Amino acid sequence: MTTVLIPTPLRRLTANQSRVEISGDTVGQVIVNLDDTYPGMGERLLDQNGDIKRFINVFVNDDEIRTLQGANTPVSAGDRVSIVPAMAGGC
Amino acid sequence: MTPLNRDQLVALAKSQIIETTPQALNERLRNGVKPLVVDIRERDEFEQGHVPGAVFIPRGFLELRIEQYAFDRETPIVLYCAGGVRSVLAARNVKEMGYEHVESLIGGFGGWKSAGLPVKVPKMLTGDQKVRYSRHTLLPDVGEEGQLELLAARVLLIGAGGLGSPAALYLAAAGVGTLGIVDFDDVDLSNLQRQILHSESWIGKPKVESAVARLKDLNPDVTVVPYREPITSANALDIIRDYDIVLNGSDNFPTRYLVNDACHFLRKPLVDGSIFMFEGQVTVYHPGSPEEGIVQGPCYRCLYPDPPPPGEVPSCAEAGVLGVLPGIVGSIQAVEAIKLVLRKGDPLIGRLLMFDAMDMTFRTLNVRRDPACPLCGEHPSVTELIDYEQFCGMPARE
Repeated sequence: MTTVLIPTPLRRLTANQSRVEISGDTVGQVIVNLDDTYPGMGERLLDQNGDIKRFINVFVNDDEIRTLQGANTPVSAGDRVSIVPAMAGGC
Repeated sequence: MTPLNRDQLVALAKSQIIETTPQALNERLRNGVKPLVVDIRERDEFEQGHVPGAVFIPRGFLELRIEQYAFDRETPIVLYCAGGVRSVLAARNVKEMGYEHVESLIGGFGGWKSAGLPVKVPKMLTGDQKVRYSRHTLLPDVGEEGQLELLAARVLLIGAGGLGSPAALYLAAAGVGTLGIVDFDDVDLSNLQRQILHSESWIGKPKVESAVARLKDLNPDVTVVPYREPITSANALDIIRDYDIVLNGSDNFPTRYLVNDACHFLRKPLVDGSIFMFEGQVTVYHPGSPEEGIVQGPCYRCLYPDPPPPGEVPSCAEAGVLGVLPGIVGSIQAVEAIKLVLRKGDPLIGRLLMFDAMDMTFRTLNVRRDPACPLCGEHPSVTELIDYEQFCGMPARE
């Protein structure tokens, strides 16, 4: 199981949990399984082509997956997947 | 080896080193290829006045530090001391390091002054300033020199709201000499839960005016420049151009892309912060500065190539924000701005700091430049400021 860190705007889909445990061998699988467990998540994270939306960054541990192997980046138990969307607020 | 007395050594040095007159040096500084001018006297001598633009490396450290200012051995260098003797001796050693074009100023600083040429007297802290900033100047990484740099620094704040409030207060308290503030809004009662720059007596009045009054009261050393207008593609370059560093506390995506692009075109470091409910992000977008050893980092578009569709990411006005949260995030932005001014520490370039007030965690994630970035990538498609409302899918501003 991989720990997925949920950003505030998406926490209403996870019953307000900031971190959830999800299975999967790659980031892509983790997102599919995340959507199975918490429906609506896929729609918020992926565009029509199934790619991660361009205003959302996904990190495995401390590194952004575009600098790794994208959605194919392998993950294993103990890894941490962070979802970081753009935020505009300064108010 | 034949022993040399003092005069023989000086004569030998003079036979090996080219000497230049104050008038010739002045002419080159004004109109020619500027040499690196090095003042090799003691600190108190330098502080009482020196050749404008000269760098200070005391004689005892000359060979050890010269490479920090001129690594290229072709660099023309002029050394000067008080009277022209120490510098001609010192020049021999510098020449021995491979610097081909090292010269000594005839008559030294005394000769320069008596030729009636301009003298730069570095600023010193006043008595009051020595007291006001004593907790800074005690820090070895700030010192009096660093405090003078802060007083000479110019920082522009985009927004005088949640993030801009603590940032402006701390930067003013720290003695950042010029603070520009862009905000077209008026103070509203609902702002006071977090926007600590403003107070009840200012409700209904422009935020920039409230900011000027508060910051001048906090520290009269600070010049506050108000811009009571929205920042747009029409005025952004003109406003930002005058500043060293920009601190972004805006509350919408079009402004974030605009400020990012304008800072990129003008090569200004941008200290970015954003907040949402209980969560904040801070990072520094830096154009790179080889002389400070800073490598160019990613820009906002590297992280977020496209904005979210309108409505997909709720704003603070819709979702709320913990009042203290901008206090923490804006203060971190102020720290980063001060570090950049002082050229100290490790700024958040290529690192995204995430703060979660509920978990009470700080994490830093690595972010990199995107070679495909439309702004700072290998084949940029954004080469001038655009219509950012349209880019973010919003109706054009009236």
